[in-house]
Amino acid sequence: MESPALPPQGASTRSRRWRRVRRAAVLPLAALALSGCTVPTFGAAPGDTTSSRSVFHLWQGFSIGAAIIGTLVTVLILYAVLRYRRHGDAIPKQSQYHIPLELTYTIVPILIIIGLFAATLVVENKELANPKTNVTIDVNAFQWGWKFSYPGYSAVVIGQTTQDPTMMMPVNTNVHINLTSTDVVHGFYVKAFNFSRYALPGVLNQFTFRAVNTGDFFGQCTQLCGLYHSLMFFNVKVVTMPQYQAWLASFNNSSSASAANAFSTAQRQQTSSIVPSKPYLSKGAN
Amino acid sequence: MVDVLDRPLVMDEPAHESHGPSGVLKWITTTDHKVIGLSYTITAVIMMVIGGAFAEIIRAQLATPNGTLVSLAQYNELFTMHGSVMIYLFAGPFAFGALANIIVPIQIGAPDMAFPRLNALSYWLYLTGAITMLSGFFTAGGAANFGWVAYAPLSNSVNTPGAGADLWIGGLLLTGFSAIFTGVNLVATIFYLRAPGMTMFRMPIFTWNLLVTAILILLAFPVLTAGLIMLYADRHFGTHIFSVAGGGVPVLWQHIFWFWGHPEVYILALPFFGMVTEILAVFSRKPVFGYKGMIFATLSIAALSLGVWAHHMFTTGVVLLPFFSIMSLLIAVPTGIKIFNWIGTMWRGEIWFSTAMLMAIGFVVTFLIGGLTGIYLASPPLDFFTHDTYFVVAHFHSVVMALVLAAMGGLYYWGPKITGYLLNERLGKIQFWFLFIGTQVFTLPLYLLGLRGMPRRMAIYPHDPQWKFLNDLSTVGAVLIGISTIVFVLNVVVSWKKYPAGDNPWDGQTLEWFTTSPPPHHNFYRLPPIRSERPTWDYNHPEHRSVPHGHVEVDQ
Amino acid sequence: MKTEAKIMLGLGLFFGLMVAVYWNWGHENAGSVMMFSGMLLGFLPGSYYYWWSRRMRARPEDNPNATQSQGAGVVGAFPGTSIWPFTMGMGAFFVVLALVFGIWFLVPGLALVVWALFGGTAESRRGGKV
Repeated sequence: MESPALPPQGASTRSRRWRRVRRAAVLPLAALALSGCTVPTFGAAPGDTTSSRSVFHLWQGFSIGAAIIGTLVTVLILYAVLRYRRHGDAIPKQSQYHIPLELTYTIVPILIIIGLFAATLVVENKELANPKTNVTIDVNAFQWGWKFSYPGYSAVVIGQTTQDPTMMMPVNTNVHINLTSTDVVHGFYVKAFNFSRYALPGVLNQFTFRAVNTGDFFGQCTQLCGLYHSLMFFNVKVVTMPQYQAWLASFNNSSSASAANAFSTAQRQQTSSIVPSKPYLSKGAN
Repeated sequence: MVDVLDRPLVMDEPAHESHGPSGVLKWITTTDHKVIGLSYTITAVIMMVIGGAFAEIIRAQLATPNGTLVSLAQYNELFTMHGSVMIYLFAGPFAFGALANIIVPIQIGAPDMAFPRLNALSYWLYLTGAITMLSGFFTAGGAANFGWVAYAPLSNSVNTPGAGADLWIGGLLLTGFSAIFTGVNLVATIFYLRAPGMTMFRMPIFTWNLLVTAILILLAFPVLTAGLIMLYADRHFGTHIFSVAGGGVPVLWQHIFWFWGHPEVYILALPFFGMVTEILAVFSRKPVFGYKGMIFATLSIAALSLGVWAHHMFTTGVVLLPFFSIMSLLIAVPTGIKIFNWIGTMWRGEIWFSTAMLMAIGFVVTFLIGGLTGIYLASPPLDFFTHDTYFVVAHFHSVVMALVLAAMGGLYYWGPKITGYLLNERLGKIQFWFLFIGTQVFTLPLYLLGLRGMPRRMAIYPHDPQWKFLNDLSTVGAVLIGISTIVFVLNVVVSWKKYPAGDNPWDGQTLEWFTTSPPPHHNFYRLPPIRSERPTWDYNHPEHRSVPHGHVEVDQ
Repeated sequence: MKTEAKIMLGLGLFFGLMVAVYWNWGHENAGSVMMFSGMLLGFLPGSYYYWWSRRMRARPEDNPNATQSQGAGVVGAFPGTSIWPFTMGMGAFFVVLALVFGIWFLVPGLALVVWALFGGTAESRRGGKV
């Protein structure tokens, strides 16, 4: 009903010029955020993909603003509370309006908001861009597990509840994810990538990761999906390209399970009896 | 009995003493807005205690990574009903049904609500709705367990069969109609029953906020009611509105739900903003700073709040991100105006730290935290990062706990007007410190937990025992909040009819402090001339009227 | 009455603007329909209030210098007590229980609702008794 009409995020050519204008406006702010190795993390982590880093810098930028405004307002409250305690029965001056002051604290926040919005747009467009790539992973969420399949290869990894499946992906490569759901709404969330996206029944959600570090990362369903929601984990294993290709190839040769044995937590299946091999799509939405 | 009322209401003695029934029959047949409001207040506070008990069980379960206090199924029921009870049955009805019902007609000099019998019907629908929703616990399949947002298709008859879910829908239908009727009543009362001289721009901020709340109710609640009927039809009549299999669109439920759900946030918040505004002004002995700016801020919050619903749906991938992002960010502006106006009200005042005032200041501080973290969530990339983690839980718990502080402030402030007796201030201050510190100890660790990746609605976290410490801290905060509730109940018992309040214990400014405590059957024996938004103050302190900035007093 | 009209008309105008922007930008049905209805809900009562405000003298509550005696006269008929809201509430309760426990709950439910409708109306017409 609504999804087909929406253009993919960040793909509109009409808004490109606008984006350039906005980017110019935000450059100083972004530069400030990017320059700071010494800028505190404010509880977040840079993460392990290119976009997770931009998100982290955006987080820092927002946090600096929030810290400044929060401190200012707290100091004002504390000052008022400590300074103007009641001393006697005197009635203070009944001043009610101060138009210049009121205008100031209307206009300054609007300017701050425009700055934050511009920074948001820059990061958002970068994060949601879908650059061309030849590594694609179909992720299908179901109650209560995950299925990772690799179009063009016979590799399929499925795991439910206590058998957390592992999603293999190569490092320093754009990895295109096609996210679908078989039954209810699930949330595809990888903490280290600072990213989550709903797996919606009837909708194909697409996004791209570009991991910058190899390693093992945790993933989890974040949207309540029923009884075993708390157990719907998966792992993400980022490996080098040769390792990734060797792993893919291991599925074609059923006798050599050597590469695959390294990932004992993953349950591998050539064919699936649990979920349809094609992501289930409604006619109206893709 | 029907009283045909004449103005001016100048009566020396209670001429309209109610000759109606007494006892239970009085409670059942009353159409007096004050009695109905009191019923609302008591019911809502009971709901708060029930919802709070659920919260304590949830926090106890999360105190260890592999908690075994409740099963996974019970946990889903608990947080669903905790959210549902707190939002639908406590915060909403308390905001626009309880204190509003009592105070709004008095603040504008009206004898009652415009439709007293509709008002009574609202209460009965609310009470039966609450009973309906909670009775899910006594059915075989347990209460509703799909979260308070009931996302389709998890809420369909395949994934959640059983009577608990249907009772949840039924309860919401009843309370939804109750809210709509209250909204109609408030708008009609405020538009048509004001006292002579009480122009729109002389109404107290609390009444203004309730007017805006009522308009929001009229815009938002019918959408929820329609959505619930669709959901019920999907469950039982074989329609496929929200199911992919029949050509439906699951995300439509999210659109409908949040088109109600986001204005609902402000339906909850605006009345409490109004309470805090009144309290801060009265206990600083000053007029509300930037009165007109405050009203325009309220109006713009209301308007914007109806255009931001999909910021709850950023991670669906099928909504227009920039539109909802800028609209959501813009709400920060009027909210900021309000915070600065609150500080301006206290500035150069003579602040009296009564319990109500402490609660109001506690509200401003807590709401500041909740508001600032809300700005992050308006940015889609940061929402992708934190969506459905404890960061979001912490954000809205900062907001709603601020509202609880305000609600308590409202009870301490207007309680004497309603009952005629003050509450104990010493116990009140003890309650405040437990509640305020408990709130911060409860919410602040949750922000960190969210940033470290703990998703919400998890009964156990076996893979991440490192989250235990922060969870324990949060549990300690929840216990402190629980203690504050016990102190409150204790305070009501200890102060029962002990400290007579008098008509105007706080040197109040608005009309409710002009009448007796408790007010007579139709609220006023007489009314003062209304020449500003604080007629009682003008009457008591004619030489201290409001002045704009830069005003020089001539005769000093 | 003018301020009241302005609030509702302003709300309708805001929604009109929003739905125009939103529809042209996103082409999303659900939200556009809801905001369009919101616009109507602003304009409908708003234009009624405005229409009235042009045809009536300013009420005492709209007059900043009104004295209390200018508001003299009948305010309205306010029922002191009434059993019908409770009756109707219980009727609605049973109707909702019919959604859950079975269609037969509709019988007492609708009976109570209809009874309360007639009872309440009659109470208003004859000047009211408990």
